[in-house]
Amino acid sequence: MKLLLDSTRCQGYGLCQEHAPELVELDEWGYAQVIDLAVPAGAEDTARACADSCPNSALRVER
Amino acid sequence: MTAIRRPAALRPGPVLGAAPDVTESADAYRAAGGYAGATGPDDLLAHLAASGLRGRGGAGFPAAVKLRAVRDAGPAAVVVANGEEGEPGSVKDRWLLRARPHLVLDGLAQAAAITGAARGYVYLSDPVAADRVRRALAEHPPALPVEVVAAPHTYVAGEETAVVRRIDGGPALPAAKPPRPFERGVGGAPTLVANVETLARIALTAARPGQRTRIARSTLVTLAAAGPGAAPPALLEVPYGVTLSDLAAEIGVPGPGGALMGGLFGGLVGAPALGLALDPDALAAAGTALGCGAVRFLPAGACPVAVAADAVAHLAAESARQCGVCVSGTAAVGGALAALTAGTARPGVLDDLERWSGGLRGRGACGLLDAAAGLAGSLLRAFPGPVRSHLAAPCPACAGRSAAQCAERLTVAVPEVTEPAGLPADDGRPRPPPYAAPHPRPGPSCTPRHPSPRTAPAEPSDPLSSALLHPHHQRGTP
Ligand code: SF4
Ligand code: SF4
Repeated sequence: MKLLLDSTRCQGYGLCQEHAPELVELDEWGYAQVIDLAVPAGAEDTARACADSCPNSALRVER
Repeated sequence: MTAIRRPAALRPGPVLGAAPDVTESADAYRAAGGYAGATGPDDLLAHLAASGLRGRGGAGFPAAVKLRAVRDAGPAAVVVANGEEGEPGSVKDRWLLRARPHLVLDGLAQAAAITGAARGYVYLSDPVAADRVRRALAEHPPALPVEVVAAPHTYVAGEETAVVRRIDGGPALPAAKPPRPFERGVGGAPTLVANVETLARIALTAARPGQRTRIARSTLVTLAAAGPGAAPPALLEVPYGVTLSDLAAEIGVPGPGGALMGGLFGGLVGAPALGLALDPDALAAAGTALGCGAVRFLPAGACPVAVAADAVAHLAAESARQCGVCVSGTAAVGGALAALTAGTARPGVLDDLERWSGGLRGRGACGLLDAAAGLAGSLLRAFPGPVRSHLAAPCPACAGRSAAQCAERLTVAVPEVTEPAGLPADDGRPRPPPYAAPHPRPGPSCTPRHPSPRTAPAEPSDPLSSALLHPHHQRGTP
């Protein structure tokens, strides 16, 4: 599974990082940065919740 | 004035042709073996794979791989000749459309035959080129419908997803990937967005497959020098393998101290790199890039910090302001470099630049932010001494530098190409109105031209985004 960020949609809300600090970090301006495009085994549900948490639909998971 | 030069020591290049300062007519093109279609699409694809022809828009992706991907992605493909040249230091694409429109249109038809495309577009912003292309289409109507689409002249308008959005009636701004245009492009169809020089080389390969290697391994370059009173710029076609120093000598820059490579994309290289061969692989191995083939040499005495500051100021001004990280990142890098040129930089600025040069890579939806990051990193790597001396004392070469003129200093003028005698000045055919830019045209200063992403109207597919901006999450808003 991949966790994909659309940078044109990220507004720096930071909710994704609160849901999944192991998958996403925030840069010095508050914008999200996916730590590893490939979601580690076992973290699929976290990745889905992380994507769902973004109010601006900037994150999505892809098989 | 930009000169078109044919180095005496080299064979005339196949793209530059016999008369590079006059627009080639259909008759002249046919007389030289054009539009003959001697090579079938499958054979042509095999020749392109064997010659290793690389795309000339900047990324240098193998042309045969891209053609095959579009062909295999589904029926009813679309082909686009991309002549929108956003790199301010490059003129070769606009020259090519002005001087040899038939060569490009022939290449577009060949690409359509390979991919099974049923329609094509020529995408450009240069009004002179648009006129020559329309005339060429009337002179020799192509086998498939081909439409000319005008774009605004911006740094990102030629990015392949921006091309697709504009042709589909949207703004000429990049979109997030995936999907890439070869999967889903114009109108949802698999789309080949090919640089016009790439298409020219495809047409030449179709006409002279025996020369495929020479065609694939030569390239148009736009050469210029930084600094006031520097040598005038020139457009050349050279074989891969000539050294950067040879090219500098060609435009009269003896012993340069370095170069800005690949438009703004390959970053800066220092004097030791000038022995490198102009070859996409050799340059990539050395951590730089051929990009669109634009090289700006730094004559002895030119300040690399000032050149980097100009380049990033231009990128910051040209940011499409869709990605928050690009708005903040280009402003931060540009601000740090400007402070260095002004002699007002804080001691921590070099650590900041180092961190941004790595941390901003790959973060934007398009490559503009990568270019800014690459400029910062390459400046630190290639010119550590000059950078440090800017911390200690203001640089005399930077003194009096007006940051407002960064775009002028980076811009090379397109060579003039006259029309052949005997063509009517105007054939009376109706012409579409010129493209009206949705955003105000930039003035001479490097101020952002795109609206802020926070004030831009929400995408139609995203009715909720503005409603969801709640204040405590707006940190980082510029
Ligand atoms: S929640 Fe969405 S908008 Fe906010 S930082 Fe994460 S990806 Fe960006
Ligand atoms: S990276 Fe910058 S220029 Fe590219 S799409 Fe994002 S905001 Fe626009």
